Amino acid sequence: MKLEGSVIFEELPIEDTTSLQPIISVRNLTKIFGQDPGKALELHTSGRSKQEIYEQTGSTLALNNVSFEVMPGETFVLMGLSGSGKSTLLRCINRLIDPTEGEIRIDDEDVVGMGQEELRATRRRRLGMIFQNFALLPHKTVLDNVAFGLEIQGIPADERHKKAEEVLQMVGLGGYGASMPGELSGGMKQRVGLARALTSDPDILLMDEAFSALDPLIRRDMQDELLDLQQRLGKTIIFVTHDLDEALKLGDRIALMKDGAIVQIGTPEEILTNPENAYVEKFVADVDLTRVLSASDVMRRPEPVAQCTAGPRVALHLMEEHDIPGIFVVTRQRLLRGRVTLDDAAEAVKKGKQIADILITEIPIVAPDASLGDIISLIVESPYPVAVADDTGRLRGVISRGAILAALARKGENVDAAA
Amino acid sequence: MQLPKLPVGEAVETLVDWIENYFGWLLDSVSEGLQFLIGGFQDLLILIPPPVLILLVSVLVWFVTRRDIKLATLTAFGLLLVWDLRLWDLAMLTLALVLVSTILALAISIPLGIAAAGSDTLNAALRPALDFMQTMPSFVYLIPAVIFFGLGSVPGTIATVVFAMPPALRLTNLGIRQVPVELIEVADAFGSTPQQKLLKVQLPVALPTIMAGVNQCIMLALSMTVIASMIGAGGLGYQVLVGIQRVNIGMGFEAGLAIVIIAIILDRITQNLVPQHENR
Repeated sequence: MKLEGSVIFEELPIEDTTSLQPIISVRNLTKIFGQDPGKALELHTSGRSKQEIYEQTGSTLALNNVSFEVMPGETFVLMGLSGSGKSTLLRCINRLIDPTEGEIRIDDEDVVGMGQEELRATRRRRLGMIFQNFALLPHKTVLDNVAFGLEIQGIPADERHKKAEEVLQMVGLGGYGASMPGELSGGMKQRVGLARALTSDPDILLMDEAFSALDPLIRRDMQDELLDLQQRLGKTIIFVTHDLDEALKLGDRIALMKDGAIVQIGTPEEILTNPENAYVEKFVADVDLTRVLSASDVMRRPEPVAQCTAGPRVALHLMEEHDIPGIFVVTRQRLLRGRVTLDDAAEAVKKGKQIADILITEIPIVAPDASLGDIISLIVESPYPVAVADDTGRLRGVISRGAILAALARKGENVDAAA
Repeated sequence: MQLPKLPVGEAVETLVDWIENYFGWLLDSVSEGLQFLIGGFQDLLILIPPPVLILLVSVLVWFVTRRDIKLATLTAFGLLLVWDLRLWDLAMLTLALVLVSTILALAISIPLGIAAAGSDTLNAALRPALDFMQTMPSFVYLIPAVIFFGLGSVPGTIATVVFAMPPALRLTNLGIRQVPVELIEVADAFGSTPQQKLLKVQLPVALPTIMAGVNQCIMLALSMTVIASMIGAGGLGYQVLVGIQRVNIGMGFEAGLAIVIIAIILDRITQNLVPQHENR
């Protein structure tokens, strides 16, 4: 049999996860703003603090020896208060700001050492940027704004307008191409900003406080939409924000910055449950944990469970042994069938009924990735633990009221222990 | 006690002599070129029958003011009045002087303004020169113009160019410097060359401010061509001057009225040339 080569090629896995290289790697990046960065750099290398450097040279240490790596398709959040250097760091990646010292690589290209021509090519091909205050060109129509990147690349008008129209459609602004930016609302403007960055199809998006200027409701919509786009397009995103909730929602990993240095890098959960020092703790102290944790974070192993082939006597025995008022009933493949209570089981044993006769099938079930905030009332109101089952119906775990309280208290304990 | 007098006046005279000796040919050719330009514009404007030009200007006003029919009608009546007062040819000469000097002033000031926006050194060097030009009483410009170019429309135009240039230069510089940083970052982040950045972002965004400069430039040019009648620049200004000299109030008033009408029309046209964008 003759095999079609192209078919085999298409069936190859798109991502080879074993040999994943970082798409962006930043090493020992330092930026000093001021008249005489050389002198300030010397002081910095000799270990002086930001304050000392400022007092002696008048220069500001904006980035202090920053290193991190971003994987392809990852959403990496730079978070910190204003003045923490997060926007400066973002601007170093596309060299809107030239770093004083250090290394930035996009794949294997050295961004810091690039000449003007090479830098322009990289900015055009690989890097899209989205700005806090939208930064739409007021004299161009929405369509021309979206096509701006292509215009700079010298793509003919017909072609770039066609592409821009497609992207506008994708961000839900089809038909607004002829409007002027001044006629749009904030949320719509930022959609245009997003579309503009997407039109030249870069693989990296740099987002500088992209949603900070929007109303909370619209901001949430935009966040959801970004997550959705990210799912479909698989861009690598570096997202700058001062809003911890936003960082936790969007970030695969978060780098928390303070005074130009990265204090901690980790997944949202790591940052929340395992803060590296008192600063991070203080930063995350007000976070609403219920919005970060999901059902799978707080569920415990579903032990014990009763097989549906077993009799009521076995179920009764298990419940008495573990001192629980009810038990979940599963098939041999652990597909959830229902629940029986202690009282029902005892009566069944007396009257010689089968498990099937006393099975309560209408029980609340939650998905493993449901956020705690969405299911908390269900769990608190339910007299029994709630089952967690995946979409195939397999029982993954159970959540009791106690488990939720324990999860919410865990962070408090950490803070207390550190204090 | 009497201080010994510094020979400033003598020094200037020597300098002027020197310039005339060595650059006389240059001054002559500039003079001839300007004369040709002014004459050409004036001939062209006079060549068009007044009713046709009145209609053309009115339609232009109607068009640039986005169909302001009232303003267009007023324009038509104003120009008809100028025609009726037998001032048409003089008005066309004034208009030719204003057009030529404005074009020259803008041709110098806008590129200089762009350069000054891009270079702090040039900006710092230009600033005292501009301050000097703007604080000087306007008819002081007439002195060097007369020395180098004699009497007539040419020195009038030169003085007008010098007088009308500063606001256009300043506002071009200011407009470009006031382009929001984020928009400059957009240009850079999407990989613009410096030229693309200037043409596609900086100039268009600064255009309303630059046009305010152009408007100022035209207004100053008009006022200066009137003053330049003192050194023999013709047109409506000369009519006013004659009116003053002969204490002929009626004549002076009519010419003054014609100047005001032209001023208002030029102002309305240039003010509306660029739509104002709502920023942010």
